[in-house]
Amino acid sequence: MTFSRSSQSLLGGLALATLAGSLAYAGDAPTPNKGDTAWMLISTALVLMMSVPGLALFYGGLVRTKNMLSVMAQVFTIVALVGIIWIAFGYSLAFTNGGGLNPYIGGLSKAFLIGITPDSTVATFSNGVVIPELVYMAFQMTFAMITPALIVGAIAERVRFSALIVFVVLWVTLIYFPIAHMVWYWAGPDALAEAAKAVLGAADDAAKATAQANLDAVTADAGLLFQWGALDFAGGTVVHINAGIAGLVGALMIGKRTGFGKELMAPHSLTMTMIGAALLWVGWFGFNAGSNLEANGITALAFVNTMVATAAAALSWLFVEWIAKGKPSLLGLVSGAVAGLVAVTPASGFAGPMGAVVLGLVAGAVCFFFCSTVKNAFGYDDSLDVFGVHCIGGIIGAISTGILVSKGLGGVGLADYVSNPGSIVEGAYTMSGQVWTQTKAVLLTLVWSGVGSAILYKVVDVVIGLRVPVEQEREGLDIASHGERAYNY
Amino acid sequence: MKIVMAIIKPFKLEEVRDALTSLGVHGLTVTEVKGYGRQKGHTEIYRGAEYAVSFLPKLKIEVAVASDLVGKVIDAITGAAKTGQIGDGKIFVVPIEQAVRIRTGERDNDAL
Repeated sequence: MTFSRSSQSLLGGLALATLAGSLAYAGDAPTPNKGDTAWMLISTALVLMMSVPGLALFYGGLVRTKNMLSVMAQVFTIVALVGIIWIAFGYSLAFTNGGGLNPYIGGLSKAFLIGITPDSTVATFSNGVVIPELVYMAFQMTFAMITPALIVGAIAERVRFSALIVFVVLWVTLIYFPIAHMVWYWAGPDALAEAAKAVLGAADDAAKATAQANLDAVTADAGLLFQWGALDFAGGTVVHINAGIAGLVGALMIGKRTGFGKELMAPHSLTMTMIGAALLWVGWFGFNAGSNLEANGITALAFVNTMVATAAAALSWLFVEWIAKGKPSLLGLVSGAVAGLVAVTPASGFAGPMGAVVLGLVAGAVCFFFCSTVKNAFGYDDSLDVFGVHCIGGIIGAISTGILVSKGLGGVGLADYVSNPGSIVEGAYTMSGQVWTQTKAVLLTLVWSGVGSAILYKVVDVVIGLRVPVEQEREGLDIASHGERAYNY
Repeated sequence: MKIVMAIIKPFKLEEVRDALTSLGVHGLTVTEVKGYGRQKGHTEIYRGAEYAVSFLPKLKIEVAVASDLVGKVIDAITGAAKTGQIGDGKIFVVPIEQAVRIRTGERDNDAL
C-alpha cells in the first residue's frame, strides 16, 4: 500500500492540540493481536503449500513422464534453498534500511536474523497494529521461495540441476531481494504518524524545520518504487513479472527442447496439473489476503477478489479457447485460473470485487492469446508458459491496479498516512498519474530482471553449462540427473 | 495349430472374450498396443499448441487354437469386435510349430 505526501502547513494551527496526543502516542507501543498473528501464520503455511506441492504438481503434470521428478525436485530444492538464504541474508537485504543504497536494496543489519526475538514486531498497514517480526519474516520467506520456483517452468526438461541451483542463489540475491525491497520496504504507518505529529506539534519555525526534515527522512526510508507510489498489494511486480521475464530470457538463452515442434510434448498428467492448480488457488488466499498483514475488512476484500477474479479468468480462457479452437479444455480452464490469480495479485487489496471480475475476464483472454498465438508466432520454447501466464498476467494486473484502485470504480482509493497522523485518510488520486506510476514500476522490473537474469544465465552457462547434454535430455532428466523414475509399473 | 492375432478396439475386449469362451477357447493373451491404419490419428490441443497424434491405443489379442477351429474363432472375433466404423482392427493368422504346457510337459494340441 502507499500514501501521498500532503501539505502540513494548513494544519499548523492544530499544533498545540495534537502535542499532547503525540506524547501519549509515543509511549504507547502497540502489541500484536492474537487474531492477526494466527491469520498470518496460517497464510504463511498456505503460501508454502502453493510451492510444494501446488506448483510442483502443476508443473510436473505438464512435462513428459521422463521429466516429472526433475521438475518436482527443482521446485522442492529451490524452496528449501531459498528458505536458508532468506534467514542468512535475504530478509535483511529486502526489509532493512540499506543506507546509501536504500532506494534499491537493504543492508545486512538483520543478517542471520540478528536481533530478531519473539518480542520483535513490525508494522502493518494500520496505525497502531503490529505483528511479530518472525511471522512477517516467515511470510515473506514463502514469497521468496515461490518466485524463483516459477522460473523452472520456462526452462524445464533441459536445464542442468547444478546450474539451476547456482542460478537461483545469484538470482534471488541480485534480482529478487532488490525488487522486493524497492516495492515493499517502507517505514510503516506508525513511524510516519509519529514524524508527522512532530511536525504539527513543533513549537517554533526551527523545531518545525527539524521535524519536517525528520518526516522527509522517514518518508524516504522506503524502496524506490514505494517512493514513486507504485501499488503492488501481493507481488504482481515482485513475484510474477519478475519471474515471468526471467523465464522468457531463460527460455531464449537455454534454447528449445530437443525435438521441439517435431515431437509430441503433451503434458503427461493433466490430473496432477489440475490438483496443483487447485492447491495454488487455495494457497493464494494466504498469498493475497495474507499480504494485508492483519485480519480485517481489507483482508476479506483481497480474499473475495482472489475468489472472483480467478473464477472469471478460468471461464474467460475456457470460452475463448472453445470459440477459437473448438473444444473447452481442462488445461485451458486451470491455466485461466492461474492467469486470473496472477493478475489479481497486485490489485487484490485495492480493487473492488466487480473490478476484479473484469480484470479476470481480461487476463484469461489475453494470456490465452499469448500462450497460443504469440508464442507460436515467435517460436520460443517457454515450456510451461511462465512468460505467457505470469509475466503477461502480472503486467495486466499491475497496470490495471492503477485503474481499479479508483473509488469511482469500486476500489479502495489511496491511503494517506500523513495528513491526519494516526489515521488513514484518502490520498490524492488521478487515474492517469497512477497508471503511469504503475507502468514505470512494470518497466523497471522488466529491465532489472530481464537484463539481470540474462547476465546471470550467461555467467552460469559459461561456468557450469545451463543445459544437459542431448543424450541426457533424450533419456529424461529423472534418470539422467536424479537416478530415479516417477512411475514404476 | 495356429495363432489368431487380432487388433481390436479396447472397449470390445469383453465381447470378444465372451464370444471366444462360448466357442470353448479357454486362453487369451491381451497386450495394450498403439498403432495406426486407415483410421489415422487425431488432434490434441494443449494451450493452443496442436499435436497430431498418429498412434491410437488398441488391444492386441492372441489365441492359440487347433487348426480346425480357426474359422470359428475368426467369425467369433469378427462378430464381436465389429462396429462398422473405420478402426475396428484386423485379424492375422500365423502357424505354430510347437506348443508345450510348462506345468505338465504336454505338447501341441494337448497343450492348447
